[in-house]
Amino acid sequence: MYDFDWSSIPGALPFLWQGMKVSLEITFNAIVVGIVWGTLLAMMRLSHSKLLSWFSAGYVNLFRSIPLVMVLLWFFLLIPQVLQSFFGLSPVTDMRLTSAMIGFALFESAYYSEIIRAGIQSVPKGQAAAAHALGMTYGQAMRLVILPQAFRNMVPLLLTQAIILFQDTSLVYVSALADFFGAAYKVGDRDGRLVEMLLFAGLIYFAICYSTSLLVKRFQKRKTA
Amino acid sequence: MSYHWNWAVFLSPTPSGATTYLGWMLSGLQMTVTLSLTAWVMALLFGSIVGVLRTVPNRWLSGFATAYVELFRNIPLLVQLFIWYFVLPELLPRGMGNAFKQTDPTFQQFFSAMVCLGFFTSARIAEQVRAGIGSLPPGQRNAGLAMGFTLPQTYRHVLVPMAFRLIVPPLTSEFLNIFKNSAVCSTIGLLELAAQGRQLVDYTAQSYESFIAVTLLYLLINIVVMLLSRQVEERTRVPGYIGGK
Repeated sequence: MYDFDWSSIPGALPFLWQGMKVSLEITFNAIVVGIVWGTLLAMMRLSHSKLLSWFSAGYVNLFRSIPLVMVLLWFFLLIPQVLQSFFGLSPVTDMRLTSAMIGFALFESAYYSEIIRAGIQSVPKGQAAAAHALGMTYGQAMRLVILPQAFRNMVPLLLTQAIILFQDTSLVYVSALADFFGAAYKVGDRDGRLVEMLLFAGLIYFAICYSTSLLVKRFQKRKTA
Repeated sequence: MSYHWNWAVFLSPTPSGATTYLGWMLSGLQMTVTLSLTAWVMALLFGSIVGVLRTVPNRWLSGFATAYVELFRNIPLLVQLFIWYFVLPELLPRGMGNAFKQTDPTFQQFFSAMVCLGFFTSARIAEQVRAGIGSLPPGQRNAGLAMGFTLPQTYRHVLVPMAFRLIVPPLTSEFLNIFKNSAVCSTIGLLELAAQGRQLVDYTAQSYESFIAVTLLYLLINIVVMLLSRQVEERTRVPGYIGGK
């Protein structure tokens, strides 16, 4: 049988926490940008302008048909070149974190926009009609009447998507960026304790995602009760 | 930006001379499709069993099924893949572990990737199967039992066939996901589509051509799968339900 040796974990905790901060940073950034840009995309998709609705449909379908790994590779290739040519940065500047953040934000927006579109469509038509009858403009009706109700219905789905997003951030591994998983892998590789570190990383991810999903379930129950 | 476009790169021979770079792309595509299809068969089998177990009136069986689903849903796919590939061979009894490590490396990568994708996807399928069975009116189960069917017979002849026809649309989108998720397996060195694309960049530095080709091939997979699923969805629709005839 394999001889477990967990002794390299305590010393590595500060490094792992640094990695966890990177994972969380990417996650929160993608949630915020994803919800804002996703809402705009959803409104474009539902708007009467054909151009806007085609653009939004194209954007969402493109991002949803490419594997996340491929999207990340694209962004690690493109973003540094674009930023360098715009801001004249030196080519050695490390932009992997920036690239990862932009990549995740744009990728997740596509998924968020589908959730938000379904949420907007779940608000009864009479609500929009009533807002118009009260003399509200389209913007006011969206902001004051439709979106607040839509978001209330969407909260569980948005949170579930956030859990998936948090798990997906581990894929920045393809750029050797030290997020939580990358850090755990590096420590394990360095100490020859890959088995323990991978199991430990899996356990931590499980603890975080499982407890968050329990919270979502409780929230859902309270809402329907 | 001065980038030297060279689409002819795909026709030039690889360093080993055995094939062209286009040949690499096609073998990557083949690997992606083979991996996804074999993992899908496994996922469908395990997912159906676990999904049914979640609904049976036995605390031990449904508890096991719940734990199974939560375990595979709450750990990132990449971490699961590394555990199957790096950790499991170490934890097996020494003889078995060594025997596995002495097999062909491509076989080791493929096997780990297939098992990983299979279990990961099976947990999602199990959730859909459970939702499908749960959405059936309780009268169906009761009617089955009242006809003198045993509980396993009720599942086999009444509940499971109905549930599967209802969950075809989410199943097809999960089928699409397995192709996209298979790209993660490039991280353990399995030469599927995404990995071949990166390898081509390493050898020729033609990153844009390579990434565009890989992206287009994934879009192609997507379109083919979508057309196929539309056919399946049309044939399996249940009359009388939303979306039915």
